[in-house]
Amino acid sequence: MLKIQDLWVDVQGKEVLKGINLEIGRGETHCLFGKNGSGKTTLLMTLMGFEGYKVKHGNIIFKGKDITNMSVNERAEMGIGLSFQRPPTLRGVKLRDLLTICAKDADRAVSLALSYGFEDFLDREVNLGFSGGEIKKSELLQLLAQDPDFTLLDEPESGVDVENLNVIGEMIKKLLQKDIHRNRTKSGLIITHTGFILNYVTADRGHVMLDGKIMCQGNPLEIFEGIQKYGYQECIKCQF
Amino acid sequence: MSVLENNKNGSADEELLKRFRPASEAETVRDVSKLGEEDLVKLRQTGVVLDAGDRLGTFLQTNCGVTKCECQVHGVEMLPITEALKKYDGLSEYWWKLVSPGKDAFTRETERDLDNGYFIRALPGQKVVYPLQTCLYIRSDNVAQRVHNVIIAEEGSELHVITGCATRPHLTSGLHIGVSEFFVKKGAKLVFTMIHNWGEEIYVRPRTGIRVEEDGIFVSNYVSLKGVKSIQTFPTATLTGARALVRFNSVIVAPEGAHIDSGARVIHEGPESKSEIISRTISYGGTVIARGHLVGKAPDIKAHLECQGLMLSERGVIHAIPELEAHIADVDMSHEAAVGRIAREEIEYLMARGLSEEEATSTIVRGFLNVKIDGLPRELEEELQAAVDECHKGM
Repeated sequence: MLKIQDLWVDVQGKEVLKGINLEIGRGETHCLFGKNGSGKTTLLMTLMGFEGYKVKHGNIIFKGKDITNMSVNERAEMGIGLSFQRPPTLRGVKLRDLLTICAKDADRAVSLALSYGFEDFLDREVNLGFSGGEIKKSELLQLLAQDPDFTLLDEPESGVDVENLNVIGEMIKKLLQKDIHRNRTKSGLIITHTGFILNYVTADRGHVMLDGKIMCQGNPLEIFEGIQKYGYQECIKCQF
Repeated sequence: MSVLENNKNGSADEELLKRFRPASEAETVRDVSKLGEEDLVKLRQTGVVLDAGDRLGTFLQTNCGVTKCECQVHGVEMLPITEALKKYDGLSEYWWKLVSPGKDAFTRETERDLDNGYFIRALPGQKVVYPLQTCLYIRSDNVAQRVHNVIIAEEGSELHVITGCATRPHLTSGLHIGVSEFFVKKGAKLVFTMIHNWGEEIYVRPRTGIRVEEDGIFVSNYVSLKGVKSIQTFPTATLTGARALVRFNSVIVAPEGAHIDSGARVIHEGPESKSEIISRTISYGGTVIARGHLVGKAPDIKAHLECQGLMLSERGVIHAIPELEAHIADVDMSHEAAVGRIAREEIEYLMARGLSEEEATSTIVRGFLNVKIDGLPRELEEELQAAVDECHKGM
């Protein structure tokens, strides 16, 4: 589904990603661990195609097509969706309108909001005065409405209280088709620096990013345990 | 002291006045049926509906003459101001009490030679939720229309007025001078929504004073989206009573060639009074000056000012001038102002949801202009959206 080949990316003239190689198959969920500042968010922003993330070298292949120079909305149309860690506030734009944009159908937008108990937020301005958990819920609702084939999740558990983590987990499972066990078609890449999201969502493979490079790959739970025990220091030493 | 009061341009104002003939020299239209289709379309786009039954009260002045003045609402009086002056012996308690006739060349001109204007009064305790409409329409070329309006919301009453100001399409020049004095008495509420829909060669000089007594509420919504040569408006509300409240919302778009000097002043004389001035301005190449002046003279007042400006062209100017003036310590006064282009991350956020860059920009602009407008009819909201979308097409 997604193939990243020797990807080098600059942000504001600074080299942040230094030769990333990563392949995520159809129906797979991968988890990307790494300290703050290691380049995880830069990778997601680059995959989505945002301005300011300059690809210096390498390619991004999605569904067999080179999307390295495609615009953000073309990528969205092709089936990539992103849950932002800190999305901007859109003054005067109601969540109802944004969900309708995502779903391309006002009724479906409303019924989704209803099914996750978010109907009171439909007429609120997008992200204005939302709590951490509400922001994540709103992001995931937008993605559920959008129904992407490939979902990028940037720290989906950050700022969410324990009570809401369950709901967030359920929403992610739905997005990534964790409710079916065969022939999943939806793939995902989850960024996490704490790893706690793995208590709610299973992943097929884990990767550790350090200083713009992927240093280690393997079973996500084992990686998570290692990081919990030894911190990222161990990964620096290990170098598989 | 504001530029408007200072009026260093006094001689320029006199010169401007000389360029126009009095509205009384132009044709008058004594009946709505005498208006043409293009007039009706333009009026509709300005929020003025003339079909029977749509509004319970209508005052329409074309050039200097009254085309329609009818009000079916019990407890509300609506008259041409010239008749009200006769009926109420010169309206001595109200006439030129909130705006000084000597303020500038335009007020002097209106005092000297008045065309007409409207008088609306809600009797004590009358609450009218359906909006009444007034319209000042310039239909002939090269005319100076001079009006003087008075609205009185008597004790405990409630009144909603929508006023549309427009010119006939394709006029090559015109000047509108509108002196307005609004009195909101104890416990009364007045919601005044003004839509400006002038032509590209029109000069507009409203001069407005408002007095709000104890527990009174005044809400002003001002919308100007279309081309105009020059607007200069700076209503001043004085909150004389305790707990009086005033809110000014404005939504202003300056296309190329427009010069719009707008804003509001609130003087807090009553304790615990509250005010809010919120403006959203967009320049597509024109100039907008967004003023706001809050004056705190009584204890426990709360006053807030917000100017947000979006520059959607490299050529325009947005000049936000927020002023806070406290005369005593026990006040809570604040302002926020921000001017700039649309944040890239907002556009990209929407693009990540599948919108093109153009659609994303338009969605953000629509949101930006979506100041909650109290009592605005649905068709007018649609018109507002259509106007914004239209502005975008040329970008």
